[in-house]
Amino acid sequence: MSLAPAKRATSPFPWRNLVLALTLVGLAAWALVGLFSDEGETTAGAAPAAQTIQNKGSDTLVNLALAWAETYMALHPEVRVSVTGGGSGTGIASLINGTVDIANASRAIKAEERAAAQANGITPVEVTVALDAIAVVVHPSNPVEGLTLPQLSAIYTGQITNWRQVGGEDRPIVLLSRESNSGTYVYFLENVIRLGQKSDLLFHPDTLLMPSSEGISAEVRQNPNAIGYDGLGYVTPDQKMLGVAVDSASRYVLPSVETVNDGSYPVSRPLFMYTTDRPSAAIQAFLSWVLADGQAQVIELGFVPLK
Amino acid sequence: MEFAKAPGLTKRWGEFAIETIIRVLGLSSIGFVVMIFLFLLREGLPTFWEIPLNNLLGTRWYPTFDYFGAVPLVLGSVLVTLLAIVIALPLGLATAVFVREIAPPWAREILKPVIEVLAGIPSVVLGFFGMTLVAPLVREVLGAPTGLTAFTGALLLAYMALPTMISVAEDALDTVPKSYRDAGLSMGATQWQTIWRVVVPAARSGVVTAVMLGMGRAIGETMAVMMVTGNAARLPLSLDSLFRPVRTMTATIAAEMGEVAQGSTHYHALFGLGIILFALTFVINLAAAATIFKKRRRGGLR
Repeated sequence: MSLAPAKRATSPFPWRNLVLALTLVGLAAWALVGLFSDEGETTAGAAPAAQTIQNKGSDTLVNLALAWAETYMALHPEVRVSVTGGGSGTGIASLINGTVDIANASRAIKAEERAAAQANGITPVEVTVALDAIAVVVHPSNPVEGLTLPQLSAIYTGQITNWRQVGGEDRPIVLLSRESNSGTYVYFLENVIRLGQKSDLLFHPDTLLMPSSEGISAEVRQNPNAIGYDGLGYVTPDQKMLGVAVDSASRYVLPSVETVNDGSYPVSRPLFMYTTDRPSAAIQAFLSWVLADGQAQVIELGFVPLK
Repeated sequence: MEFAKAPGLTKRWGEFAIETIIRVLGLSSIGFVVMIFLFLLREGLPTFWEIPLNNLLGTRWYPTFDYFGAVPLVLGSVLVTLLAIVIALPLGLATAVFVREIAPPWAREILKPVIEVLAGIPSVVLGFFGMTLVAPLVREVLGAPTGLTAFTGALLLAYMALPTMISVAEDALDTVPKSYRDAGLSMGATQWQTIWRVVVPAARSGVVTAVMLGMGRAIGETMAVMMVTGNAARLPLSLDSLFRPVRTMTATIAAEMGEVAQGSTHYHALFGLGIILFALTFVINLAAAATIFKKRRRGGLR
């Protein structure tokens, strides 16, 4: 390492330090102004062209939204639909900021998000576009065939820690979950761990939080101790889905298009698209197409179409 | 100064302008650090009055439900980093000694660039490699419930810190005067004894710098760590914690920042973690700098 101190030369310019100081002060002032002024997202002037639909949000919905966008653009070449993921919260936040036209969400909008939108002069309008079921998955070699919701709750809160306790092999249970910002996480917590009731139950601290669906399937594929959950659309054939029963008296039901549509599979939810209360004609046309012809593609992607 | 005496105003002005530009460019990096720090403080400091201290010092990190216990995350980062250094130090030092002291010149010419190439592997690639190959191996060989553990993360981090450590340690060995080696050998010491008892101790402060820089590299690493440590915010205090999942501060920031509402308590808490991380890296770099300065004061070896 060459760390020899630089030779200091005495400068022939007496005002050098003054100029230097001024430059630094200028830089600092610029920084302070930048930092402490209200830097709102610049939305003015970035308004999308009339026929472009910006669509952003839930990672659960992103593949479906992409498929819809592709088909719709093939049918209507004059319209451009651009789709990005990022999560339900990101999509709704962008809708609030006015940077997207449609926000995809795998959960209903929160009251504070609605309030933030109102403050920005936007009233979000909710459209249910498809149904999703959350499948509970284990390694294919796991002999357990089904679990009740109370059992799942006990497993994910750390009261049941061995597969033997639910009729499996003598193996520790490794809990897998999506990250806490995923809509799937909140849904699973409220409807499975808390059994739809008000309570303070939380995921056990040992729960592995996987940043992606791929993270969950990779670990479930190779680890016979693992249990995970994810949207039905993301379950690959090399994972084993478990039947879920409401309680020990009721029947175990495997998730499928039929069982979600007839309401017998207990862990399912609606998927939403949010628009403003003043959507353009192009957005309205796209949404009505999604609710009609678009439903045919829902099954292909593993989700459950609306009836 | 000859040019100062040179006549002609244009020349003086040109000289002055160039000197100023270079100076400003040089100092701007300091300016950027200051600005980043100010930004971090502005976004992160509210954490410390928005969240009660007993919550912040708690052991539960459930930001969606207003539990912001940062202790498991800080300990997670520290555990993974220290473990990585424990793994990397002997490997790095041995490699540096081999490259500098033992390898024939042609081997050195091959090894040095290869080691530098190692530093260029994107961490997401390493993370994928760790997730699909190292993690199953850790689970099967060590019998841990899952392969996504602190140890797996530390292995990858050690690998990532190695190129830095090797280069710096090798430079440190390089500064040891040849006379030391000659003296050792002429006193009848074997090559091993000379290296281990004379050369390495003489380069000790450089080796410490290498460790510190490696640590700085390891503690800030995000992607690979997020992919292989399992991200469970558990308190890593028991002995088996090495082979259990952990959640680091960097992985937490990366995983949660994308979804967080700007200006919310959670948002500030993530920047609060950033401040802690910044402070830790700063202390590590300071320690590294201190050893360099100490070495220079002592004078002898430079």
